[in-house]
Amino acid sequence: MRSDLRIAIITIIAAFALAIMPMPDWALKLRPDWVTLALIYWAMALPSRIGVTTAWFAGLMLDVAHGAILGQHAVGLVLVVYIVLLQHQRMRVASLLQQALVVLALLLLKQLLVLWVNGITGHDTGGWLYFAPSLIGALLWPWVYIVLRDLRRKFVYRAM
Amino acid sequence: MQTLFLQGPSVTLRMILLVILSVVLMTLDHRWNHLQAVRSTLSNLLYPLQYTIDLPIRFYYWADETLTSHNKLLLENRELKAQQLENRVQLQKLDILEKENERLRLLLSATPKTHEKVLIAEIIGVDVDPYRQLFVINKGRLHGVTAGQPIIDAHGVMGQTLYVNAYSSTVMLITDASHALPVQIDRTGLRAILFGTGQKDYLDLRHIPHNADVKVGDLLITSGLGGRFPPNYPVAIITSVERVAGEPFARIRAEPLALLEQSREVLLVMSEQNEQPPEAPPPADAEAEKPAGKDKPASENANAQ
Repeated sequence: MRSDLRIAIITIIAAFALAIMPMPDWALKLRPDWVTLALIYWAMALPSRIGVTTAWFAGLMLDVAHGAILGQHAVGLVLVVYIVLLQHQRMRVASLLQQALVVLALLLLKQLLVLWVNGITGHDTGGWLYFAPSLIGALLWPWVYIVLRDLRRKFVYRAM
Repeated sequence: MQTLFLQGPSVTLRMILLVILSVVLMTLDHRWNHLQAVRSTLSNLLYPLQYTIDLPIRFYYWADETLTSHNKLLLENRELKAQQLENRVQLQKLDILEKENERLRLLLSATPKTHEKVLIAEIIGVDVDPYRQLFVINKGRLHGVTAGQPIIDAHGVMGQTLYVNAYSSTVMLITDASHALPVQIDRTGLRAILFGTGQKDYLDLRHIPHNADVKVGDLLITSGLGGRFPPNYPVAIITSVERVAGEPFARIRAEPLALLEQSREVLLVMSEQNEQPPEAPPPADAEAEKPAGKDKPASENANAQ
């Protein structure tokens, strides 16, 4: 396995750990969607390695972790990663602030899709607070970006 | 070899295929629950991660147990012994009562009560969907758990298993918005259905007319209708009864008795009914379940309203 793919998979697993880590009650509904953030970064940095299939599989795992119906998060992640794949060259040259805005839109899109399926299956997720994780995720994007970029540089260049 | 542009059509094609596949999966999972095997396989992949995340918590409990002082243990031991003695005295009485009850039932030629076994499970400290009342326990199919099995703690009914995997299961609490449980009021025997609200601290007793005899402080116990929960387990205490003129039913709230937030150990009830292989449920029973009580997970509730 190539070292860049390996580090991508390790960080995605770490994102899963953050996604199911127990948190105090007040923070539960504010938890950013770490898996989507990680996948956005890797789809942008390694579009030839991390594609829609990886996103779909990660989405299914997220469904299992959340006890949601299978495919709910998967469909959102596939669409988000697809948009990133189409736009990855533009996103790479954008400033961190601009990237964060795009990430906000992508996270909202994913949450909207999840909300939509929730509505169809009859699970109530009332209130505007539902979208708070997207906002927090976008605010955290610069740090996520820098951490993942540094990790990628460190591990990929050493191996070469 | 890395090209500057991704192969456009193939990515789009794959995206469309995966979206269609997701929609098919969602439909299959939601409508027919056909995907238990897929879910189970995926959660086996997830289980090591869940286990690892739970390790620090496990370690904390272990350290707490190991590092307690001798004196404290002695004290606790003495208290527990006293309590056990008390319990045993009460159990003796219960034993006699149970025998008497069995004899009387035999005289009436009523069906004998089923005896339930319990299995102790531990909650794995991982978070599930914040908008649903779910948690994960460390017992699964390999331990004999089946889907829809009741979960109780020392104080009352907690919920039922929703998804069963090889080593772990996802449990839906009675407070989940898609949970409904057939209960009866202990004092009057009035039967009703107790709905979860999605809030941690209260449940809704719906479809009770204004003139029904319901008081604050009444104990709700499982009625056993619906065939999923065994009868006569305590569930909740009624905390408020509002009779609003103009509304067809009274607004009744109840507070769950089980410590839904605090228990680390829970009991899985293995009644004889649950020990049957889940593949072949008696069809007559499944039919009877629908009108009587809808203590089934998910969408059935919509039909009743």
